[in-house]
Amino acid sequence: MKSLKRTFAIAHRVLLTIRGDKRTVGLMFVVPSLLVGLFSWMFNNAAVFDKVGGRLVGLFPFVVMFLAASITTLKERRSGTLERFLTTPMRRGEFIGGYALAFTAMALVQTGITLGFAIYVCGFSTQDSVWLLYAAAVVNALCGMSLGLLASAFAQTEFQVIQFMPAFIFPQIILGGLFVPLDQMPDALHTVSDWLPLTHSLRALVNITDGLPLADVMHEVLIVAAVCAGCLLLGSLTLRKRTA
Amino acid sequence: MSDVASFTGVSVRRGKATVLSEVNLTLPAGQIIGLLGPSGAGKSTIMRALVGVQSKVSGTVSVLGLPAGSASLATRVAYSTQASSVFDDLNVRQNLEFARTMIGAPAERVDAVLGEVGLTEYANQKVENLSGGQRNRVSLAIAMLGSPELLILDEPTVGLDPVLRAEIWAIFRQLANTGKTLLVSSHVMDEAERCDRLIFVRDGRVIANDTLANILLTTNSTSAENAFLALARKQVA
Repeated sequence: MKSLKRTFAIAHRVLLTIRGDKRTVGLMFVVPSLLVGLFSWMFNNAAVFDKVGGRLVGLFPFVVMFLAASITTLKERRSGTLERFLTTPMRRGEFIGGYALAFTAMALVQTGITLGFAIYVCGFSTQDSVWLLYAAAVVNALCGMSLGLLASAFAQTEFQVIQFMPAFIFPQIILGGLFVPLDQMPDALHTVSDWLPLTHSLRALVNITDGLPLADVMHEVLIVAAVCAGCLLLGSLTLRKRTA
Repeated sequence: MSDVASFTGVSVRRGKATVLSEVNLTLPAGQIIGLLGPSGAGKSTIMRALVGVQSKVSGTVSVLGLPAGSASLATRVAYSTQASSVFDDLNVRQNLEFARTMIGAPAERVDAVLGEVGLTEYANQKVENLSGGQRNRVSLAIAMLGSPELLILDEPTVGLDPVLRAEIWAIFRQLANTGKTLLVSSHVMDEAERCDRLIFVRDGRVIANDTLANILLTTNSTSAENAFLALARKQVA
């Protein structure tokens, strides 16, 4: 009970922090939609856009969440607040749980706006349920968030976190099947691609927009959920109370 | 008089360097204990060992009769890190409400500590818009929330003008008068005369642990600064 109360208090505090930074809120909520719009305009072809639109709706929140989560947690590790509150009854699982809750709330709003924009402004249409697509896109954003939480453990500065973008996120985007379909890649790259979380979260979205059976969608979603859970667990292990 | 904490043969290594070597200390209850020494002397390491966030500690650190860092000490000992560790992007009340939930302190403590540190009228101000002294008082207020028996405050007055420093020391004195023990670090020697007891630290060693009067007497000095110099020379020799 107390543990739950602390977890919610941490989530509340993270949301207050984000809300206080109006410019970040604007960027988080508006930029993914604008990028989706840019793609739609560039393709200028409803059939092509319907093919990639689902993945785009998941991709941009993935990237934005990765950055937002990694930088906010890094800030907390560096500012002394984490060290201070680890000496209170707060447990690191509660800390990670609170962050995950707060960013889930952000992901729900952000993905909702992006998907709404794709459908109502860009004329995107999907073979399967929009709600299923929404859920899969949120999972995509959560995947970015949990990778970000984990990444913050391996960075000392904000600059380093930004460098994780080209180092860990770009390869996943390049090999994620957005540019070249997986079955047309060289075997070695196809194998690598199969091990990247983004590949599976994007495939879940494609399976929905292509109208594949629910089992195919859930298979991918479960893989991504397992990666999220693993990253959050590893992330909480990196929050050491005792440091040098 | 009982002791709230003790160090027995405590050493701390960071990589290959020894940052604390063979420290033996006791902290008597109900006093303001000044932990003085230059930057890098090991003041923060002593404090971090006390709250159990320092790794690679050998020897025994006990606090209120328990090993340092024990779960049941979490509400009996409060710690404020050097960076004053508050959330800049929240207002004063939000900081305190959050800390209150983490510590499990009663709701009325928020207004009580706000009054005690003189921040009642700033409750709705964002911390980043406050002055350095007010910011330090927010950090102090968080430490006071849970009515802890021992407050460990790392450089709580750093960078403050003398008037603000005097204000913060007045709060420390009030806390000590109600039986709390405070361990306060500083690299400013003139804060020594405000403490009941002093611990001088240099190069990871404790070079003095006594009242200011006794330290001045044994070193035949007239100021804390000169006493420190005399002791440091003796250490080198």
